Amino acid sequence: MVEIAGLDRMLLEHPFFAGMAPEQAAFVAGCGRNVVVEAGAWLFREGEAADQFYLLRHGRVTLELRAPGREPLIFDTLGEGDIVGWSWLLPPFCWSMDARAQTLVRVVALDAHCLRDKLDSDPALGYALLRRFVPVMGRRLQAARLQLADLYARPQGGRG
Amino acid sequence: MNATPGGADPALWLPEPWRIERVRRELSDTFTLELQPTAGGAPLRFLPGQFNMLYAFGLGEVPISISGDPEADGPLVHTIRAVGPVTEAMRRLVPGDVLGVRGPFGSCWPVSGAEAEGCDLVIVAGGVGLAPLRPAILHVLRHRQRFGQVCIFYGARTPADILYRHELRRWRGQFDLLVDVTVDRATQDWAGRVGVVPRLVEGGGYDPQHTLALVCGPEIMMRHTARALLARGVRRERIHVSMERNMKCAVGLCGHCQFGPHFVCRDGPVFRFDVIEALMTVDGL
Amino acid sequence: MQRLSLAGLAVLLHVLWADRREIIGPRLRDGAITLGILHRLEDLPVGWSDTAQEAAQYRVVPRADSARFGHVTGPLSWKRWLFLPEEVLFRAVRDDQDGGFTLSATPTAPLRAFLGVRGCDLAAIAIQDRIFAHDPAYCARREATLIIAINCLEPGGTCFCASMETGPQARGAFDLRLTEWLDAGTPSYLVESGSAAGRKLLARLPIEACTPEDQARVEQALAQAATRMGRQLDTGGLAERLAARPGHRHWQQVAARCLSCANCTLVCPTCFCSTIEDRTDLSGTTAERVRRWDSCFDLEHSYIVGGNVRADPAARYRQWLLHKLAYWHTQFGTSGCTGCGRCITWCPVGIDLTVEAAAVAGSEA
Repeated sequence: MVEIAGLDRMLLEHPFFAGMAPEQAAFVAGCGRNVVVEAGAWLFREGEAADQFYLLRHGRVTLELRAPGREPLIFDTLGEGDIVGWSWLLPPFCWSMDARAQTLVRVVALDAHCLRDKLDSDPALGYALLRRFVPVMGRRLQAARLQLADLYARPQGGRG
Repeated sequence: MNATPGGADPALWLPEPWRIERVRRELSDTFTLELQPTAGGAPLRFLPGQFNMLYAFGLGEVPISISGDPEADGPLVHTIRAVGPVTEAMRRLVPGDVLGVRGPFGSCWPVSGAEAEGCDLVIVAGGVGLAPLRPAILHVLRHRQRFGQVCIFYGARTPADILYRHELRRWRGQFDLLVDVTVDRATQDWAGRVGVVPRLVEGGGYDPQHTLALVCGPEIMMRHTARALLARGVRRERIHVSMERNMKCAVGLCGHCQFGPHFVCRDGPVFRFDVIEALMTVDGL
Repeated sequence: MQRLSLAGLAVLLHVLWADRREIIGPRLRDGAITLGILHRLEDLPVGWSDTAQEAAQYRVVPRADSARFGHVTGPLSWKRWLFLPEEVLFRAVRDDQDGGFTLSATPTAPLRAFLGVRGCDLAAIAIQDRIFAHDPAYCARREATLIIAINCLEPGGTCFCASMETGPQARGAFDLRLTEWLDAGTPSYLVESGSAAGRKLLARLPIEACTPEDQARVEQALAQAATRMGRQLDTGGLAERLAARPGHRHWQQVAARCLSCANCTLVCPTCFCSTIEDRTDLSGTTAERVRRWDSCFDLEHSYIVGGNVRADPAARYRQWLLHKLAYWHTQFGTSGCTGCGRCITWCPVGIDLTVEAAAVAGSEA
């Protein structure tokens, strides 16, 4: 009981859940546990079942893509106050990239089966959570588009 | 004879010869030159954000922002990216070689005026866009007590493309500066942040209501950074950006650098964001 | 106001020549009224007119009288002698000993007189005076130039100086101002001075008194001329409306006709864009910088590292028109158009500035 009470406070202190109704936070916290990940360890790997949703409380996580014969490409880093992963929301619930702890990382891990059941059973909660998710996804999509533009690439055919 | 135009400037077109004292390789295609006037004489007085026209004998003239300390009596400092024949030729220069210098020209970062006094400063640079901001940063460091929080957010393509790496590290070590660096892509040997530079702006570290923002980088990066600043609550007229157009004459009479009603060489390169915001999204202006 | 007979006009030319001035004035050449060096009074286009101009149409036709200035503006403008089509800005010689170089700039400014500058073109010179206010070579040539203006009593088919408030009376920085007056087909010239140099010059001429009636007749003729403009442009709020409509569909419609040939910018008396080219001799020991007329219709004009900003002809036409009629006000405190009509006459596809500007200004989208 003590741990759960601690967890819903942690949820409300995290920017992603900030301002949420306390009873909703307590309901969601029932799916959570505190996890510490050592620097260099994986949170998840591409292709694995996406059965966790992570709230990053401390440390930094890299998102990576693997390619044969090359070092993994880091295309994003997430830090304190960020969330990690949304594949648990989208069928087939399978991670599409690797996530690794760049430093010692403390997260609240919410069990995806538990959370999906609760969101399905409480559409108001489901909607409230999605409203928090969409802006995060939007910002990351925007950032990915900017990366795609390769802004600082060396221009070709300069005359000066 | 009749009403004659006054103020003819006999030196308007004439570059002065300056001798290269030092060359520093910065990145694979970027280098820094330190120059002294061949005829001796005083150092060039300039304001942070201004540029010079640099002349490679017989090859051409290019606009390059000044990167040195505006208040030091040291050499004239230019950081140049080799992107064409003239700048490629400049990359091959060695100490003792001579370049033509015409300038300084253009508007400046408003770091010494009353509008910066007591404010938080958010300095955002992308790629070689750090070079035109370096004089502003050096000014701020010299007069640190005049400002509130000072944030330097820098974005580069990869860790190998980080300009002024040692200096950034030194600035990061100062207790009174928030320095954050991000790259667009990296591999395991990079222990820093990955992601685009507007995301650093989203992270805060400053009071948006009392912030003056200076932004320099590719146009897309500046637009998105300005939007991220606006979203945080920084006022439009408190955001300044540095535009790039093809400055040929640098004195507002060849017509090449026009951006709407503005001559970038004369009215810019530093503009208040609210002045040019609407123009920045018109295709082909 | 005083009067100069035709013989008096000849004296004016001789006085200018005696002062070692080269006289640039209207001449008939290749079927057009052009501007060129005058060697004798008869070089003026005696009894020729070109006022029947239309979009993409120009013809010279004989007049019934022997007017010397009975035409309007041809394809050339005076900027050709002040802002040169090509000019060396400096020469540089490499110094073998220390790797440096020495520069020399020697702008040449021959003494000249412009004869027959019309209101639109006088206004254009005043505009370029502001643009090139610090350009040493321009200023030197400008100071060495005496301006003899002429009032326009017969506007042409593409003229709209009345709309732009630059004519038909020539106003501003002239030394002398003439009005050609025909009595039974024979011209004489009412003359006024506009500067100290003009007054000195006038004192050397065989001037005759002129009556208040003469003066009244000129004023009446000028007032009438103002009502006979071939074109007009409503300038009220024009700059603001144009600048606010960069996305107007009409830009694409003009672009469908525009050839990006740059004729309009070359004939325009105020267009000032130039490109700068540096070059060396083969040995690499001497170099020079050359300035040459450029045009915003040239793709390369909008080059920035990585590409050309105005890749679309619609963007180039928009740049030209917005610059001329809107941005110019911000840059130089005046319109960039003086209503001379050259861009309309000499556009090979007959694009008409007055029509295009009105189309964009006249509707929201």
